[in-house]
Amino acid sequence: MKTYLPPKFIVERDPERCIQCQVCVNQCSFDTHYYDAEDDKVRSREGKCVGCHRCVVFCPTNALTVRGNPLGYRENYNWRPEVIEDILKQAETGGVLLTGMGNDKGYRVYWDHLVLNASQVTNPSIDPLREPMELDTYLGSKPNKVEIDPKTLSLKTELAPQVRIEVPVMFAAMSYGAVSLNVHESLARAATEAGTLWNTGEGGLHPKLYKYGANTIVQVASGRFGVHQEYLDAARVVEIKIGQGAKPGIGGHLPGEKVSAEVSMTRMIPRGTDALSPAPQHDIYSIEDLAQLVHALKEATNYTKPISVKIAAVHNSAAIASGMVRAGADIIVLDGLRGSTGAAPKVIRDNVGIPIEMALASVDSRLRQEGIRNRASVVISGGIRNSGDVAKAIALGADAVYIGTAALVALGCTVCQQCHTGKCAWGICTTDLALTKRVNPDIGARRLANLLRGWSLELKDILGGMGVNALESLRGNRLHLRGVGLSEMELEILGVRMAGS
Amino acid sequence: MSDKANRVVRIDAYGLSHKELNARLREAVSNGTCKIELQNIYGQRYIGTDLNKAVELEIFGVPGNDLGAFMDGPRIIVRGNAQDGCGNTMNNGEIIIHGHAGDIIGLSARGGKIFVRDDVGYRAAIHMKEYQDKKPVLVVGGTAQDFFGEYMAGGIVILLGLNLKEGEHHKAKFIGTGMHGGVIYMRGSVESYQIGKEVGVAELDEIDYQVLKQYVGEFASHFSVNAEQILEYKFSKLFPRWLRPYGQLYAY
Repeated sequence: MKTYLPPKFIVERDPERCIQCQVCVNQCSFDTHYYDAEDDKVRSREGKCVGCHRCVVFCPTNALTVRGNPLGYRENYNWRPEVIEDILKQAETGGVLLTGMGNDKGYRVYWDHLVLNASQVTNPSIDPLREPMELDTYLGSKPNKVEIDPKTLSLKTELAPQVRIEVPVMFAAMSYGAVSLNVHESLARAATEAGTLWNTGEGGLHPKLYKYGANTIVQVASGRFGVHQEYLDAARVVEIKIGQGAKPGIGGHLPGEKVSAEVSMTRMIPRGTDALSPAPQHDIYSIEDLAQLVHALKEATNYTKPISVKIAAVHNSAAIASGMVRAGADIIVLDGLRGSTGAAPKVIRDNVGIPIEMALASVDSRLRQEGIRNRASVVISGGIRNSGDVAKAIALGADAVYIGTAALVALGCTVCQQCHTGKCAWGICTTDLALTKRVNPDIGARRLANLLRGWSLELKDILGGMGVNALESLRGNRLHLRGVGLSEMELEILGVRMAGS
Repeated sequence: MSDKANRVVRIDAYGLSHKELNARLREAVSNGTCKIELQNIYGQRYIGTDLNKAVELEIFGVPGNDLGAFMDGPRIIVRGNAQDGCGNTMNNGEIIIHGHAGDIIGLSARGGKIFVRDDVGYRAAIHMKEYQDKKPVLVVGGTAQDFFGEYMAGGIVILLGLNLKEGEHHKAKFIGTGMHGGVIYMRGSVESYQIGKEVGVAELDEIDYQVLKQYVGEFASHFSVNAEQILEYKFSKLFPRWLRPYGQLYAY
């Protein structure tokens, strides 16, 4: 069937600059560029271009420009080009539209409507360059009270397992199979260097990475891929994945093409078979059932590790979170509307879930009202872009955040949303060995550790400006936030006051 | 073997929580005990979950949910019924139940064997997998509820229906829904309305009979029944029609 889809991008090649070196041909994994031997010329098929800019960055003579096709449709706010193109794709294939990365729609980004406070005159700000500044965060359940033995001055209360992270930013769950082993290694090494944690996702842990176990969160999801005793033993934290922000309520499906020999070994399934993650975990149909799996994992790890539970942020997250804490979760993770994925139905990614800012504020408030906020750490994810977002999240009540997209961008990702194709030209979201070597773990780990270092320095600046010297003083302190351009209802849910008040 | 290893340790579980009971089990196993008898088990969950050794646990009473969850090695004999989630994500070992078992028995199991003398509940063997030399086996002497073998990605499941009366059939529906690996052997016939659309039915070949002979033989020796009599009856083989049932759903 002839496609009616026009090219999404226009590729311009400056004939003065192009030296026919074919770097673009080799770099493009979507077959946009090709060498025409008859004419001895490098040419482009624009319909194939996904706008990932791999060729633009690697062209040695800067001969290439890629820009959006202006598509001269008649202007129509309702029937926008994306809407028309989606219908065309479905008319031509009869299938579910798949996409990658997070929700790209114009839902309000509340971080951009929250501003932070700083000290002026009435209290002094602190200069973090010369004074100690504390970002340490302890993840895990905290007791209702602590008892000290007056004689020995030692702690009498038995503490639940705690994990110290030196920066309140962790790498979000991205499974091996969705991303490459080199990406996993980059994340693991950067987390180890920065004193934080990375998350395996639900595809198991490659044997090569067991040595980073002390900085590893392992996931137990509905597919139970690669879950066995050594995997649980290797980890610092075990996370039960109920859902993810990009596709709440939806299972996963790693197509057989991506189940390479190494992926097969790590997931412990035969090579080339589809890896299906059912939508629900069939041993969890209720909070009581969740409690059962939480405690099964506590038993399986002999109460040595915090058990985390991750859900997608949905309408009744606050009530669910209360149940999760009561089910014995030591850490609860909320993944918001803008959370990313390696592949999800577009209609789900773009329409299901709630903004993470709202979910965080309502969950934190609810747990406080019920007097159980101390019993679990709260971690959020889904669209955290910079240290400003991190600081605002901490002030709204988060203990720490996960970053996924930001980490991949640090590795070269340009958010072209082609993860589901498995052809990532940046070698990130693919298991094609010719592509995965484009991420060098030495360089990848450096770039990621650099990012965390930069954010740590900025967080310290933010804290110093507020006149506090520990992240703990900002945590859940919503008086350090003010809202701009928000309705009364929005302010009420966020629990912050209007700027100027 | 040392005397210690031969000695049977008896634990009276009356009034013990699962946490206390499992702590006692860990302690016993770390002392080199190879056989433990558990008396007065009243619904304690997660028994035997992280022992990771080829020890034998004999349970008198009714163990709770997630018996042998994540288990890697032990052999558990239940003198009574088992509840839900038995053998959940089990990696290796053996569970022998002299009675009924509840729902989702063998959920996501990747290895080991489970033998149930009587019936099992809903979604038995759901999402069982196999990998290299690891191939889980579930043999059920009685019958099963709906969604038997759902999502199966590997392993061997055998349903014998020994407690069905003359002319009575298995009543389970949606058998093997979403199945994309492994095999189910059902003693007796199965109607097409009972099986998932991803499932094919075939006659058994010589290799199938060898598999059956081995595991029905083990079942028979556990529960003192006659394997030859069981095997005289006609079996149906259920298999996944496609290894990739969900390949055609997407636009690209």
